[in-house]
Amino acid sequence: MATVTLKDLRKSFGPDEVIHGIDMEIADGEFIVIVGPSGCGKSTLLRMVAGLETVTGGEVLIGGERANDKEPMDRDIAMVFQNYALYPHMTVAQNMGYGLKIAGLSKPEIATKVEAAAELLQLDGLLDRRPKQLSGGQRQRVAMGRAIVREPSVFLFDEPLSNLDAKLRVQMRLEIKELQSKLGVTALYVTHDQVEAMTMADRMIVMNAGVAEQIGTPMEVYETPQSLFAAQFIGSPAMNVLDARIEGGRVMLGDVAVAETGKRAGPVKLGLRPEHVAPDAEGPLAMEVLLAEPLGANTLLHGRLAGTEIAFTASLQGVHLASHGGEAMRFGVDPVDCHLFDPETGHRL
Amino acid sequence: MEKRVTFRGWMLPLLLIAPQVFISAVFFFYPAGQAVWQSLFIPDPFGLSTQFVGMGNFEYLFGDRHYRASFYTTALFSILVTLASMIPALFLAVLADRLIKGSGVYRTLLIWPYAVAPAVAGVLWLFMFNTRVGVVSWYLGQLGYDWNHVLNGSEAMGLVVVASAWGRISYNFLFFFAALQAVPRSVIEAAAIDGARFWRRFFTIVLPLLSPTTFFLLVVNVVYSFFETFGVIHTITSGGPQQATTILVYKVYSDGFVGQDLGSSSAQSVVLLLVVGLLTVLQFKFIEKRVHY
Ligand SMILES: Nc1ncnc2c1ncn2[C@@H]1O[C@H](COP(=O)(O)OP(=O)(O)OP(=O)(O)O)[C@@H](O)[C@H]1O
Ligand SMILES: [Mg+2]
Repeated sequence: MATVTLKDLRKSFGPDEVIHGIDMEIADGEFIVIVGPSGCGKSTLLRMVAGLETVTGGEVLIGGERANDKEPMDRDIAMVFQNYALYPHMTVAQNMGYGLKIAGLSKPEIATKVEAAAELLQLDGLLDRRPKQLSGGQRQRVAMGRAIVREPSVFLFDEPLSNLDAKLRVQMRLEIKELQSKLGVTALYVTHDQVEAMTMADRMIVMNAGVAEQIGTPMEVYETPQSLFAAQFIGSPAMNVLDARIEGGRVMLGDVAVAETGKRAGPVKLGLRPEHVAPDAEGPLAMEVLLAEPLGANTLLHGRLAGTEIAFTASLQGVHLASHGGEAMRFGVDPVDCHLFDPETGHRL
Repeated sequence: MEKRVTFRGWMLPLLLIAPQVFISAVFFFYPAGQAVWQSLFIPDPFGLSTQFVGMGNFEYLFGDRHYRASFYTTALFSILVTLASMIPALFLAVLADRLIKGSGVYRTLLIWPYAVAPAVAGVLWLFMFNTRVGVVSWYLGQLGYDWNHVLNGSEAMGLVVVASAWGRISYNFLFFFAALQAVPRSVIEAAAIDGARFWRRFFTIVLPLLSPTTFFLLVVNVVYSFFETFGVIHTITSGGPQQATTILVYKVYSDGFVGQDLGSSSAQSVVLLLVVGLLTVLQFKFIEKRVHY
């Protein structure tokens, strides 16, 4: 168990800088999710912590010690790879025991630890199989087992669930989270799935193009996104972003006042989460529904704001039987659910 | 529906396979049959008449000290050639695999020796090690070492092994390099995180994953060293000194065409035929049951 500190961490491949300076303090035992779109540098960031990529600038501290120049094996970490990276020629038991064998443990010690891990991960009957003879979910568990037997201070996960089907993903997500809190190990978890990020993270880093757009708890990021990018990336369906103006202390969408605000007058981006608008015959937002998607617990309405080409999505509780294409609806918004962003910088106002 | 071409007559099909049949017949079945036939006879010293001796040639052969020595020489030679061509190839492949830039250049350069015919390679090495004008033997002389593969059997063996293995390194390198590139990067990284340093990773992860390639190359190189090194041996040592480099194939040639003992030479080629057969069976068995991970 250890803290991890990133100080202005930078990475360049040749002349291209892909990580532009990330600062973060990770507490002991914290579960941190690094989330962002493909190519934003999540894996690169994780691999710098692992020691698989050299650090171009800044510092990585693990347990308070500078780790920049340490080899991966000297960092007291374990990593679970997206493709699991099991040793194909070894049995499950050998896969899990490899690190212990290198560490010089005796055979009985290794066997005890491997069996304990196997029991924890429900791999008991599979110890003599080769990775080839396992299902995707079982391989995933073996990869986890290999990480936990060595009792590292930090777990690193690089999209460990992305090769599993949706149902298994939900199950493993819970198991990983449970396991991590049971072991109390600091974890860094990379994913591009915002649901994983929301459900697993103690805190998350929302990354975009090599920059940490926001670092915070899932609810902080959801409720007070610090940038347009974080606002749109976290939350499903994505937040509606509309061009608006502030005039005389009111947020104006065209000629309609949506909410009161104390912010300075001028053009703004108005963010409204689909689930934060409510049907209201007197409401300021008029929407022309083009398509209704009933999802069971809620219904998504896709359409545009009346009289414009601006796309708008609303999410209503329950089955909304009345909704159909071409219907006109009005919605009201609570001012606290209006997110205002600077149109130039994308920063929250 | 199965799609197959049906011929009405049998003349055209026969015509179509004729070239292959003809080549096999002329260059394989006829000489092989001749060898088997001739191995049962002894010609008189003037080649005017032959006498049927049954298994006599074989009995004589296996009683012959020189023939048994040639078996030993062949075994030693093929082990050395196989090792001398595979280990450096693997080493070079590992080095080239570690390169991020420029591995293409090394690959190209390392393939060139393969394009040199064995006999030409033999002449090349012979020039370098020539006891009177050779560059290398002159340098060795400067260092106080008196190189003379014409008289020294071990030196002769060393030289033909090096000359035979040299071109093969390229061939083996290609296979090893391709196999190394196919080892998933993340598996190596996982081993690094598990605590294994470079050589440990190499021996416990990389080498086992290369084993299908290694085994394939082993078989191919042994077959090569048995049969395709004739040119090298003929140009460099002609089997000498004192038969120190007379491998089985070379003995077939020297007994048959130099010694004119066609009976014995034929018996030897029959033995060799069986050895090839055995090695081929081994190889096919292996390719069928290739170790896949
Ligand atoms: N070895 C490399 N050489 C050059 N550029 C690289 C290298 N590895 C990654 N990059 C670049 O760095 C950027 C970040 O890559 P990275 O793999 O970290 O993305 P990611 O966020 O993990 O994406 P994904 O979700 O698709 O895995 C990308 O633009 C990528 O092209
Ligand atoms: Mg990635």
